[in-house]
Amino acid sequence: MQVNLRIRRFNPEKDQKAWWGEYTLSDALPTDTVLDLLHRVKWEMDGTLALRRSCAHGVCGSDAVRINGANALACKTLVQRLSGGNGSATIQVEPILGLRVIKDLIVDMEPFMEHYRSVLPYFINDSPPPADGRERLQSAEDRARFDDTTKCILCACCTTSCPSFWANEKYVGPAAIVQAHRFIYDSRDEGAAERLAVVGDTFGVWRCRTNFNCTSACPRDIEVTKAIAEVKKVLATGEI
Amino acid sequence: MANVKTHTFDAVIVGAGGAGLMAALYASKNANVAVLSKLYPTRSHTGAAQGGVGAALGNMEEDRWEWHAFDTVKGSDYLADQDAVDILCQDAIEVVIELEHMGLPFDRFPNGRISQRRFGGHTNNETKKPVMRACHAADRTGHMILQTLYQQCIKQKVNFFDEFHVVDLIRVGDSIRGVVAIEIATGEFHIFHSKAVMFATGGWGRCWQVTSNAHSLTGDGAAICLRRGIPMQDMEFFQFHPTGIFKLGILITEGVRGEGGVLINGKGERFMEKYAPTIKDLASRDVVSRAIYLEIQAGNGIDGKNYVHLDIRPETVNHYFAKDGETRRITREDIEAKLPDIADFTRTYLGVDPVKDPMPIQPTAHYAMGGIPTDVEGRVILDAAKKVLPGLYAAGEAACVSVHGANRLGTNSLTDLVVFGRRAGKDMAAFCQQANLLPLPANAADEVIAEFERIRHNQGSAKMFEVRNRMQTTMTEGVSVFRTKETVSASIAELKKLRVAYQDVGVQDKGKVFNSELLEAWELGCLLELAEVTAVSALTRQESRGGHARDDFPDRDDVNWLKHTLCHKVGEGEYKLDYKPVTLGRYEPKPRVY
Ligand SMILES: Cc1cc2nc3c(=O)[nH]c(=O)nc-3n(C[C@H](O)[C@H](O)[C@H](O)COP(=O)(O)OP(=O)(O)OC[C@H]3O[C@@H](n4cnc5c(N)ncnc54)[C@H](O)[C@@H]3O)c2cc1C
Ligand code: SF4
Ligand code: SF4
Ligand code: FES
Repeated sequence: MQVNLRIRRFNPEKDQKAWWGEYTLSDALPTDTVLDLLHRVKWEMDGTLALRRSCAHGVCGSDAVRINGANALACKTLVQRLSGGNGSATIQVEPILGLRVIKDLIVDMEPFMEHYRSVLPYFINDSPPPADGRERLQSAEDRARFDDTTKCILCACCTTSCPSFWANEKYVGPAAIVQAHRFIYDSRDEGAAERLAVVGDTFGVWRCRTNFNCTSACPRDIEVTKAIAEVKKVLATGEI
Repeated sequence: MANVKTHTFDAVIVGAGGAGLMAALYASKNANVAVLSKLYPTRSHTGAAQGGVGAALGNMEEDRWEWHAFDTVKGSDYLADQDAVDILCQDAIEVVIELEHMGLPFDRFPNGRISQRRFGGHTNNETKKPVMRACHAADRTGHMILQTLYQQCIKQKVNFFDEFHVVDLIRVGDSIRGVVAIEIATGEFHIFHSKAVMFATGGWGRCWQVTSNAHSLTGDGAAICLRRGIPMQDMEFFQFHPTGIFKLGILITEGVRGEGGVLINGKGERFMEKYAPTIKDLASRDVVSRAIYLEIQAGNGIDGKNYVHLDIRPETVNHYFAKDGETRRITREDIEAKLPDIADFTRTYLGVDPVKDPMPIQPTAHYAMGGIPTDVEGRVILDAAKKVLPGLYAAGEAACVSVHGANRLGTNSLTDLVVFGRRAGKDMAAFCQQANLLPLPANAADEVIAEFERIRHNQGSAKMFEVRNRMQTTMTEGVSVFRTKETVSASIAELKKLRVAYQDVGVQDKGKVFNSELLEAWELGCLLELAEVTAVSALTRQESRGGHARDDFPDRDDVNWLKHTLCHKVGEGEYKLDYKPVTLGRYEPKPRVY
C-alpha cells in the first residue's frame, strides 16, 4: 500500500526553523510499524533523519512521538490502524510536545527525568530485613495494588500529552506521579511521607485537571489518571 | 586533537543494563565511578527480558543450588566451567533476595514468598521432573530488574553519562588507561581517563536477520576488546531461542511453555514428544530449536511454511495436562495475569489473541554464550593460561565466564548479570583502591577519531543497510541453528567481501549533533567483525555441542573438543584460534537426553 509520510524535521546545524519532510513509500505493508517506515526513510532515502529507538517492540520507551496528533510509540503503531481504508495512508510524525527539540524527532529528555527523580523513585525501607536472611513477605493482594504502575517504561507519552504540563513545565507530570504511586502503594515501602510532600506540592497532583489525555496516550495501558486520583486520595485522607 | 574533553575517574563502566548497573551499585560504594551508556539506562535490553531469574529458593517445592548447577552444566552440554557454575547457583539465592530487599516487585505465592515457575531444563535431579525455579514478576522480570537497579543507582547518586557512545579502549601494553566516547548530543569526543574499565555492553543478535535483540545490540564492547587484542571466547555458540514471533523475531518467553503451552506442527502433532520424551516442550533451547527446524524441513510446518504453532489456549493446555496425568489446569484469566505482555505483543503485531488462537513462531537469534573471556571476578583474561589484564573487566552478556558453555539455560542470563555484575563491581573497586592512575598516552583518541572522519567523509557508494542486510542474510543461511563446513565457508567468503564493501560505506549526515547515521555505520563495523569471528570459530569446531550443531559432525566429541575456543584477531580479517581447557567438577560429561 502507499503511505505518504510527513515528518517534522529540524537540524540545529542548518535550519532556522522546523519544516515538513514529505516521503512516499509505495510498497508499505499494513503490518509495518511507523518505526519500520521511519527506518526506511532513514536507511533508503535520507540518512540525516534523527530518531531514538532500540527494542522495536514497545518495551524500552525510546521512540515516543506524535503520530497524527496523538502520542504513541512508533514501534507499537501499525500502519493498518492509520489507513483510511482506501489502500493508502497519510501519516504525520512529529516530536512529542513540551520538551526542547534537539534534532528532528529527538527531544531533550532531561527535564522529564528531573521530574522523575524529584519523587524519590526508589524503594525506601530502613528497617532490617527478616532475620532469616530471606525476602520480605508480601501478600499477592498487596502486590496487586501497585502492579499497574510498575509497568511504566518512562517513555513520556503521558506527560507530553498533558495540557497542564504544556501550560506549566514545572508540573511534575503524570509519569512522575505514576512512579510515586508505585512506591506509595507498595506495602513494603516506608518513604510515603517524603514522596507525598513532593507530589502534594503546588506543582504536584493538584495541577491535574483529570482529562485523561495521559491515560489514552500510555502505550503500557497504565490507568494513569486513576493512579493520580489514588495519590490525591491519600493526600486528602491520609490513608493508603 | 585539541578539542577532546578529558574526565578522570577511578573506574568507567560501559553499559547500563542489568550487569552494568549491578556493578555500578557495588563499585561506586568504594570508588569514584562513571557509568557510560549509549542509551538512557532504562532503555537497555535487560528491560525486554521476560520469563524470570533463576535461583533455587525452593519457595513452592524442594530445590537445591546443586540441582540448579547440574541443570546448568547439562544445559551447557558440559562446556561450562563448573567452578563458575557453582558460584552462579550459590550466589543466585542471595542476590535474588537482595533484589527483593531493593524493592523489586516479584510476583508472590499465596504464602507471601517470591513466586517461581517452571522453565526449560530446570529439574528436580532426583525425580527428573520440572521444578519451579524461575523467580518472576509477571512476564516482565527484566523490566523490573532494570528499573529497580536504576532506581537504586539514583538513590546512591551514581554518576551517569547518558547517551555517551564508547568507541575505543585505551590500552598501553598490559595496562588500562580509559576509554574514548562520543557525546551523542554534540558529536564531541571525550576521553575518560581511569584505572579500570568494565564492558557490560550486551549482545550482538543483530548479526542475524530474525532476532529478539534490540537494534542497539551491535556488540560494541566485544568488538572494541577484540580490536585491542583481547580474544573472543566460544563465539560459535550463539543461542537460537525456539519461540520468536514469526518473521519479527520478537521473543515469546519460555514461561509460556512453563505455564503449559505446547508446540504443535502442521499435522496437529505435539512433536516435542518425539524429541524429548521426558520433559517434552521444556527441553533445552538448542534441542527445541533443532526440533522445530527438522519439522519444518520435513514439510511439517504450518501449511508447509517455515513456522510452527505455540499453543497456550486453555483447552489445548488442559488436554495435555490431563493426558500427562497432571492435576493442574489453566484458565484464560491465568494467561492474562501471568503472561500479559506476551498477549499484548501477539495482539499488537499479529492480530492473534493467544487465548483464542495459536501463535505462529520460529527460532530467533537470541543470546551470545560466548564473548569477552573473564575469570569469576569479572577480570578479563588474555589467553589459555588465563593471564589477567589488570584493570579490565567484563560482565553480562558481553562476557564469557563461562557459565553457559555451549547452550544457556533459560533464566540464567539474568542470574549471570546480577551475580557476576556484583562480583565484578566489588573486585573493580578493590582494584582501584590499590592501583595508581597511569598517565594517558599522547593523542589517545586520534586513531578512532580518524576512523570516524574516514566514515564521515567517505565518498563510497555502498549503502549501509544493504551491507547489513547481506551480513544478516549470510549469517542466517550459513551460521544458524544447523551449519556445515559448506554453509559456514560460504558465509566466511561473503563476509570477506562485505568487509571490503564496508570500506565503501558512506553517510549522508555530515553533521555533529545526534549523528546516529554515523554511529550506526560504526556499529555495523562491530557486527561484521563479530560475525566473522563467529563463523571462523564455527568452521573449526568439528563436532556438535549445544548451540553449535554441525550436520557434518553430528556428535559431541569430548576427546577432541571438550575445550573453549579463543579467537584472536591478528590482522584485518585474520584470526588465530587457540583453546582453553574446561574446568570440570562434580559432573562428568554424559550424553544429554531430556
Ligand atoms: C526478549 C528477551 C527476553 C529475555 N528473557 C530472559 C529471561 O527471561 N531470563 C533471562 O535470564 N534472560 C533473558 N534474556 C537475556 C537477557 O535479558 C540478556 O542477556 C541481558 O539482559 C543482557 O544484559 P546486559 O546487562 O549484559 O546488557 P543490556 O541490558 O543489553 O545492556 C547493554 C548496555 O550497554 C550499553 N552499550 C552498548 N554499547 C555501548 C557503547 N558502545 N557505548 C556505551 N554504551 C553501550 C547500552 O546502552 C546498554 O545500557 C532475554 C533477552 C531478550 C532479548
Ligand atoms: S489527567 Fe491530569 S495528568 Fe493526565 S493529562 Fe489530564 S491533566 Fe494531565
Ligand atoms: S505512565 Fe505510560 S505513558 Fe507515562 S511514561 Fe510511563 S509508560 Fe509512558
Ligand atoms: S523502540 Fe523500544 S519502545 Fe519503541
